[in-house]
Amino acid sequence: MNQTAAARADAARGAPDFLKIESIRKEYDEVVAVNNVSLAIEQGEIFALLGSSGCGKTTLLRMLAGFEVPTAGRIVLDGQDITALPPYERPINMMFQSYALFPHLTVYDNIAFGLKREGMPKAQIAERVEQMLDLVQLKPYAKRKPHQLSGGQQQRVALARSLAKRPKLLLLDEPMGALDRKLRERTQIELVHILRQVGLTCVIVTHDQEEAMTMADRIAVMREGRFLQIGTPSEVYENPKNRFVADFIGSVNLFDGELVVDEPHYCEIQTAECLFHVGHGVEGKQGMNLTVALRPEKISLEPGWQDLPYNAVQGTVAARSYMGSYTAYEIELPSGRRLRVTVTNVDRYEEPYELGVRVTAHWMPSAPVVIVE
Amino acid sequence: MLRRPWLPPGRWFVIGVPEFFLFVFLLLPFLILLKISFSHADAVGVGFEPLISWLEEGTLSIKLHFDAYLSVMQDDVYLLTYLSSVGYALLTTLLCLVIGYPFAYFLAQSFPTLRPVMLMLIMLPFWTPFLIRIYAWKNILDANGLLNQFLLWAGIVDEPLQLMFTKFSFMVGMVYGYIPFMILPLYSNLVKLDRRLLEAAADLGARPWQRFWLVTVPLSREGILAGSLLVFIPAVGEYVIPELLGGISILNIGRMMWNEFFINLDWQRAAAVTMLMVLIILFPIWLFNRYQMRLMEARR
Repeated sequence: MNQTAAARADAARGAPDFLKIESIRKEYDEVVAVNNVSLAIEQGEIFALLGSSGCGKTTLLRMLAGFEVPTAGRIVLDGQDITALPPYERPINMMFQSYALFPHLTVYDNIAFGLKREGMPKAQIAERVEQMLDLVQLKPYAKRKPHQLSGGQQQRVALARSLAKRPKLLLLDEPMGALDRKLRERTQIELVHILRQVGLTCVIVTHDQEEAMTMADRIAVMREGRFLQIGTPSEVYENPKNRFVADFIGSVNLFDGELVVDEPHYCEIQTAECLFHVGHGVEGKQGMNLTVALRPEKISLEPGWQDLPYNAVQGTVAARSYMGSYTAYEIELPSGRRLRVTVTNVDRYEEPYELGVRVTAHWMPSAPVVIVE
Repeated sequence: MLRRPWLPPGRWFVIGVPEFFLFVFLLLPFLILLKISFSHADAVGVGFEPLISWLEEGTLSIKLHFDAYLSVMQDDVYLLTYLSSVGYALLTTLLCLVIGYPFAYFLAQSFPTLRPVMLMLIMLPFWTPFLIRIYAWKNILDANGLLNQFLLWAGIVDEPLQLMFTKFSFMVGMVYGYIPFMILPLYSNLVKLDRRLLEAAADLGARPWQRFWLVTVPLSREGILAGSLLVFIPAVGEYVIPELLGGISILNIGRMMWNEFFINLDWQRAAAVTMLMVLIILFPIWLFNRYQMRLMEARR
């Protein structure tokens, strides 16, 4: 079954405009919740809408589900304009944040609910529900009521229920929101595995960047009703288009500076702290103001103050937190600002830098990225 | 080891006051009636013979007279009256449910700021005495009452309809009198309904009517049961409404008890009639309690 599913997923791929969102806008009274966003999602793709609360991601998801009607714009799924369709006529199913399992129905009847509405014959329903219970490994729990299940089991029932009708598009609203951390990490991988197996196109809404990065093929970072950047997890992390994205995804040190050397394969930027030698060219002209983003894990520390021509700063250790797999430092620079640095703990016996110790922080030309915007 | 949770010191007092009230005004009269139903009037004719007495030879004598119960069971009129009262109470409950459910539903759906006002409107009639409110219906349903005047004016009828002292006027009064007891528990249940469940149902392909029947109604089961009990139980023994709006053609236990107590002055039989009515009412209460216990156990 795995193979056919994989084959199906492969065959399914390649329809680049499977879901098309065209200039969608949603206004509530005076507030613009979603501001003219457009997006094309490939068939079989897992896509994440990432942003903090109030950024419009949930409104966009609810418009896909049909619970909200866009003020303007079109939603086209598999060639069919579904903008005006009520939720019960859309080939779309959603897994709700709170799961929204029917408390008066058994696990079996919860999963069968959508199939019965389709008027599917009883025997076929039974077969499909069995299949779904198998998929989420809940076969022994078919006769239980939702309140007799743990949070993780409830989540899997909700998933089975949303998959049972074989929707063209699956929507996940904060799928891990109600699970504790350990369970969340395991479930994320499990969930992606199931989605790939079924070969579904899927849109996830989340405020948790780790969740988005673990699960999604592509991420759209949202803020104030707009997409700030759309890209693969590594694109969004390593090539943030603007300060907000750089800051929102992971931890970052941002420096404002001036472009002094601009060559096709490298550029140099003078900031208040040091000269940055960056291993990629930028589109711009000399003297323009830019921002350099530097991730804490891409910085190395050396004891003592060393004089290097570029890509290095001197400072003293101002704060330190031991996190097990790595140690996070804050290095106070002569200008007074603090540089965030993380050091992976590869050696069990390595002595950490003490507070107040003088260190030099340095990095490779391939470490920083220039943000033009 | 489990420690007992801290309990405020006034707890027993707070629980004790209503318990005491119920003991004095409900349980005690009930026990007195129970005793009367099994005993004969004493020689003087003022009180009743004791059920339990010491005889001189050191024998404890318990004497229970079942004649009142036997006479009640042998005479068809009592059975018919019980059946009729239960039947009308069931009809009242059904009508209250059919009218009250949509009412409670839209109340629960309305804007939160509007709800207190609407609830107030339901409660407002309670500020006038029950008797007066029922009496007011006479002015509406009489031969020259408001309703007939309107029907005549509108040309729908040529001569006034006989509405008073019919099943119609009786049911109007019963539904009017008891509908708040249906609406309030239904409302408090429906207002808690998780709207996301309705969205989930819509998402899975349920049309509005299906959502109502498959999600809203089953989830308001407890409200329906509570409201129905609150209407049914007092409706069985209702006295004022059948007396003022029902007329003699309607067989009713409430009025029968009144007649036995205060017209026939046969307290023993009256007490027996009352005890049998309590038995009839206890049955649905027992069913409801069992259902609730099961529900609570299921939730644990």
